[in-house]
Amino acid sequence: MARLTPENLVTAQAIIARYPRPRSALIPLCHLAQEQDGYLTEEAMAHIAELLDTTPAEVYGTASFYEMFKLHRVGKYLIGVCTNISCMLNGAYELVEHAERKLGVKLGGTTPDGLITLEEMECLAACTLAPCLQVNYRYEGNVSTADFDALVDSLRAGTKQDVPPHGTLATVRQQRSDQWADSARQETHS
Amino acid sequence: MAVREIPRIVSGRWDVDDAHTLEGFKRTGGYEGLRRALAMSPDDVIAEVSGATVQGRGGAGFPAGNKWKLLKDSFPRWIVVNGDESEPGTYKDRIIMERDPHLVIEGALIAAYACRASQVFLYVRGEMAFAQERIAAALNDAYAAGLVGKNILDSGWSIDVILHWGAGAYIVGDETALLESLEGNRGMPRPKPPFFPAVMGLYLQPTIVNNVETLANLPWIMMNGAEAFAAIGSEKSNGTRLIAVSGHVNRPGTYEVECGIVTFRDVFYDPSLGGGIRDGRELKAFIPGGGSSPWFFEEHLDVPLDPTVVGPAGSMIGSGAIVAMDDTTDMVRACWRLVRFYAKESCGKCTPCREGTSWLETILARILAGHGRPEDIGLLVDVGDNISPGPFPGPGLAAGDAPFAPFPYKKTTICDLGPSVVSPLMSAIRRFRGEFDAYIARGVGPEVIASV
Amino acid sequence: MSEDEAVTETARGTEGAVEPDVTEKDTEATEDATEEQQSPPPPPGIPLTIDGKTVYAEKGERVIAAAERNGVHIPRFCYHPRLRSVGMCRMCLVDVDTGRGPMLSPACLVECGENMVVETQSEKALKAQDGVLEFLLINHPLDCPVCDKGGECPLQDNTVAFGPGETRMVEEKRHREKPIALSDLVLLDRERCILCDRCTRFADEVAGDPLINFIFRGVETEVNTFPDHPFASYFSGNTVQLCPVGALTSAPYRFKARPWDLDSVDSTCTTCAVGCRIAVQSSGTQLTRYIGLDDDAVNHSWLCDKGRFSYEAVNSPERIAAPMVRKNGQLVEVSWGEAIDAAAAGLKAARERAGGAGIGVIGGARLANEDAFAWARLADDALGTANVDCHMDDGLPADVLLGLPRATIEDACNAPVVLLLAPDLKEELPVLFLRLRGALTAGRTKLVELTPASTSLTQFAAVSLGYRPGEAGLVARALTDSGSTTDVGPVPAAAIDTARSALAAPGTVVVLGRPSLAESAESVADAARALAALPGVRFLSALRRGNVHGAVAAGLHPSAGGLDTAGMLRAAAAGKLAGLVLLGADPLTDVPDRRLAQSGLAGAGFTVAVDTFLTESIAGADVILPAATFTERPGTTTNIEGRVSPLGQKLTPPGVAWPDWMIAAELATALGTDLGFESLDDLRRAAAEALGGFSALAGDTVQPPVTDAGAPRVDAYGLRLVAGRGLYDLGVTVQKSPSLAGLVRPVALRANPRDLARLGVTTGGRVRVTGPHASFAIDVVADEGVPLGSAFVPANVGVDDARSLIDASSPVTDVRIENL
Ligand SMILES: Cc1cc2nc3c(=O)[nH]c(=O)nc-3n(C[C@H](O)[C@H](O)[C@H](O)COP(=O)(O)O)c2cc1C
Ligand code: SF4
Ligand code: FES
Repeated sequence: MARLTPENLVTAQAIIARYPRPRSALIPLCHLAQEQDGYLTEEAMAHIAELLDTTPAEVYGTASFYEMFKLHRVGKYLIGVCTNISCMLNGAYELVEHAERKLGVKLGGTTPDGLITLEEMECLAACTLAPCLQVNYRYEGNVSTADFDALVDSLRAGTKQDVPPHGTLATVRQQRSDQWADSARQETHS
Repeated sequence: MAVREIPRIVSGRWDVDDAHTLEGFKRTGGYEGLRRALAMSPDDVIAEVSGATVQGRGGAGFPAGNKWKLLKDSFPRWIVVNGDESEPGTYKDRIIMERDPHLVIEGALIAAYACRASQVFLYVRGEMAFAQERIAAALNDAYAAGLVGKNILDSGWSIDVILHWGAGAYIVGDETALLESLEGNRGMPRPKPPFFPAVMGLYLQPTIVNNVETLANLPWIMMNGAEAFAAIGSEKSNGTRLIAVSGHVNRPGTYEVECGIVTFRDVFYDPSLGGGIRDGRELKAFIPGGGSSPWFFEEHLDVPLDPTVVGPAGSMIGSGAIVAMDDTTDMVRACWRLVRFYAKESCGKCTPCREGTSWLETILARILAGHGRPEDIGLLVDVGDNISPGPFPGPGLAAGDAPFAPFPYKKTTICDLGPSVVSPLMSAIRRFRGEFDAYIARGVGPEVIASV
Repeated sequence: MSEDEAVTETARGTEGAVEPDVTEKDTEATEDATEEQQSPPPPPGIPLTIDGKTVYAEKGERVIAAAERNGVHIPRFCYHPRLRSVGMCRMCLVDVDTGRGPMLSPACLVECGENMVVETQSEKALKAQDGVLEFLLINHPLDCPVCDKGGECPLQDNTVAFGPGETRMVEEKRHREKPIALSDLVLLDRERCILCDRCTRFADEVAGDPLINFIFRGVETEVNTFPDHPFASYFSGNTVQLCPVGALTSAPYRFKARPWDLDSVDSTCTTCAVGCRIAVQSSGTQLTRYIGLDDDAVNHSWLCDKGRFSYEAVNSPERIAAPMVRKNGQLVEVSWGEAIDAAAAGLKAARERAGGAGIGVIGGARLANEDAFAWARLADDALGTANVDCHMDDGLPADVLLGLPRATIEDACNAPVVLLLAPDLKEELPVLFLRLRGALTAGRTKLVELTPASTSLTQFAAVSLGYRPGEAGLVARALTDSGSTTDVGPVPAAAIDTARSALAAPGTVVVLGRPSLAESAESVADAARALAALPGVRFLSALRRGNVHGAVAAGLHPSAGGLDTAGMLRAAAAGKLAGLVLLGADPLTDVPDRRLAQSGLAGAGFTVAVDTFLTESIAGADVILPAATFTERPGTTTNIEGRVSPLGQKLTPPGVAWPDWMIAAELATALGTDLGFESLDDLRRAAAEALGGFSALAGDTVQPPVTDAGAPRVDAYGLRLVAGRGLYDLGVTVQKSPSLAGLVRPVALRANPRDLARLGVTTGGRVRVTGPHASFAIDVVADEGVPLGSAFVPANVGVDDARSLIDASSPVTDVRIENL
């Protein structure tokens, strides 16, 4: 699977239709592709280029600018530990060291079973809950080493239910309804 | 002195469990501000908001109503809500989006009505999956209830609000980069001039970019009037603002405080706010307005949170991110960590920022690794000067000294990310030169107790 | 200075070029100018101070440009006058005071304002410039001694002029894999790249081929393509010229020469008829590169890759170096004297046998104006024949080409509407495509297309009328009529209405060529004559062969009673052409109906070929005379506008090759006629007398023939053939340039998906296509841009292509397709 599936193509078309210019849908479509495949494949980028009437190089240029688009396979769970100032002041680097030991991988690495990728994050807007981390962009605050172990254990045991696999962000999408005004296309303004 | 009781303008619903639902929001007065606005003319709404001086809460501090007046008179035109919150130390917009998503929508609608906008884009930071969910759900409900979309509240006015989300790039918080990103491009800032958003913004059409918190003030102003808003805070700095207090304090948290009145001492020591420095230690330095702001020290504790006072003292309030560093902090390391942030997040467009931030980071990393050379200090300062020339803003060397220069900084770059890197650099070098010297001479940090 | 800085940075006019013939508009302009002289002089512009000197700027002019005009050079890397300013290298920072105190500002972005004070040499500005240079150099490999750019590198020059001495960086530089191929023609050394965005901006903004882009972010940023998706743009070579450092190099030029060894002369490219101004550079006896010169009127410094790299063909070891005469069936090298005598004897005999009408001269569109004039005189005076034609059965009647009011490229770019009745310009006149694309994207003009298949400009068209070959005239008349509209073949009435209202504003420029090689010239000419009724209309030719316009103007077209190329070939096939001169002509690749070309060449009597390569077309000739190419002789050439530009001589021809005019003069003498010129100067004087100079393009030399617009109906099972060329074709220019020869695209038939659905084929399928005289298998591509009922097949790209299908004796060609 790499090009968008027929169902995702329908979603993609709905996303494109929301914007005054199709190209604006580029980032949401890359997220959609990443949700489908777990990372952003070359085939998906080429497909997105087709949908937006641009070149794959344009999609690649945009996608590669952003941290969250993974151009290579990553673990089912991406654990990102914030090490920026507030978290650093509260032991984030010590937490990273612990995480590396616990998982047996260095920052950027993926466990051999392909389950977990460990990353360092920049400020996550949770500074008052330092040190903090995200699992697939879902927050955990005030994380102690014991909390970290428990988290990893639950991921390994498959008991952590509230985190979808890597690639899925929001589980609720904005829907287009009859109430839609198509206001961007209107000529007159109050 | 305890801080004065004030109305909770933007955080009022944080304790209401179901405030994120349409029901809970409406029960607590939600969408009434919009109703009031729709009963007025757009120009009257602008006049009302201008009367309240809502300084932008995204960092630059430009008052919202005045900004709207700069809109070029052509259509289509756009409102873009900046929910990309990523400035180190900042944690406020995310709480609003997660706990009170309808407030953001209501504020955005008021702005859109006032500005006669064609469509609203709500740009949420990519990493905030939960905020995206809450906003998406809120939008779906609001559409269904006739609060967004066609004929809003039977007023005859229609507008769409589109949820958009990013993918991990701090620089996209800059408004022109945000617009590039919203156009599906690499988030690289545009030069101003000529690309002032109000004239040539999204799709090169007139655009207003406002921060989430800025807009969250609007429903209250519509309900209570500009005068009531202006009665809160100091003369130049009206209303309240959210601050995130983090680092070495006993009660880290995000608090709504009175603009221009509350001081940094209150922020760190008031029992209802920071509650004192951790473990009863001494405060060594603090970041008064996010990673990009020059640091303040002990002698600034009595400075109020008022841009017109903080600026001349050499720093900024920025995004309300206040980080306390106690006397155990290794200042070279703290400096390096912030410099590294900017080096990683530089978009790469301007030569001085792209090359300079990384170079600074490598030099600092080398010093931390014990390979510093005495001439490195001068080099760091000069490289910084090539990114932000002239005396860099910041307080003097010791209490009582005149500031080196008032805020804002000068720059050889397009946007403020470049010079931002110089803030931690010059702050640390000027005030904690001894720690750098120690690293260079002995290859290790000063004898400070490692932070826990 | 770089090639770019040295020759193209400042826009300038065509030095030495003659403006095209004066049109009505020009006359008005002249009158205006006279009036202006009497009224008080206009204000000199916006006053501002640059380095203490008061200067005047135009509205909207950038500080960097105003400074430059006034002799102040502000260093820069990303700024380029032909690209959108991005202000990202920060090299051009200067102190600008707009009344609020001096502030460091990028001179490439800041527009001149009234009473602005600019200091380019302030301490702050100089420090900032030093700083930027140091930043650029910390990760730059400084491998100047082995870099192609060494000696003409702005980074090197700026470092000497403005930069600091030694590096203060002790850390390891960033390393990246040394050159990677962005395409077959362009290589990128990412270590040298300074991320100025010039190449990427060009690819996106100017060429419309955003196939290279910035990838990754911050200090990791690099220029690259999408994996396995090369920078296959017809304009890729321009990025090499634009690169201010040695990051982009062209595969053909790489390591071939050092700038200081190069010798340069200004000239004009004759690969197609746009007439781009170039600098021709050589090292020793070899051409090493062409560089686009910035000419405001024509090419804005751009070149297409075919033109840019075609110098390889000039260098080709296969060039004919000596005259040859057929002896006992074999071509044998001989002296000029012997060859001229043999040619004269053969032609004289032919004339004696069959008279002037039994001799034909085909070709001449590749010659310089002087050559064309000389050969026209030879045909007339010495051979006594009216059978001369520079078109290869792919031209337009001279009355249409020269007789209708003509427009310049600039006129087209500023016309209210451009009406395109031409083939895909990107394939045939690439830089004209760029110019029009630029005008369209900037909103300076609007496009109405009248083409039998979509073109590269269709995406910008206000309306595109996809007509059926043979019906151009009908649609054209529908456009100029005022009555109610009906559908014309596949063209809906509504589209005609839209086009009509667009064309109502006076001043339309019709870009006129042969939209399909499988549609007769007469059909197109008929449409053109109808369009001449549009208010204030003017025409810009879109015929592509190098100097075809100069050749026609010089008289290389059939005059009263003479045969055109198709007629000559037909006569030859019937054994009625006793003598044939091929003047740089390659009928087998260029004539749309290959059967006709083959039979004509086979049936021709005594044949003399003047050429640079021994093509299949001339392999059977009796005498072969080697000619010099446009870089090997002085002269002039005339472009689509009628603009006459100089050719610069850079090299001496290989072996003993001569300029064509000299061959004509010698041959005439041998035939007993004195053409009256022994030098180019003599020749030019004679031409001035005869034609009023090469720019005087008379329009009344040919009577408009009787119109016969009626095309036969397509039968129910057939598709009407549309045939067009690709930029990279089987012509000698491409085939003898090794870097280009591999770029010819595979042959495929394009048709409307609905037509294909009827046949049960889709993209990737294969069909058998059958024309009046041939049938072969071909790949299929579904293309919405081809109207229902038509099929597009490229010409001159493969063994089996449109040339096998076209029947030149019919105004249109219909084909049948079967699913295989
Ligand atoms: C590097 C950089 C990062 C920024 N990040 C943010 C951000 O995360 N959120 C935000 O609201 N404004 C951010 N800003 C400020 C915006 O450019 C803009 O001023 C703001 O969104 C305007 O809204 P306001 O007037 O309501 O404050 C940033 C600016 C810069 C230069
Ligand atoms: S200052 Fe830095 S982040 Fe800002 S535009 Fe320039 S390179 Fe990008
Ligand atoms: S030339 Fe002005 S910033 Fe590059």
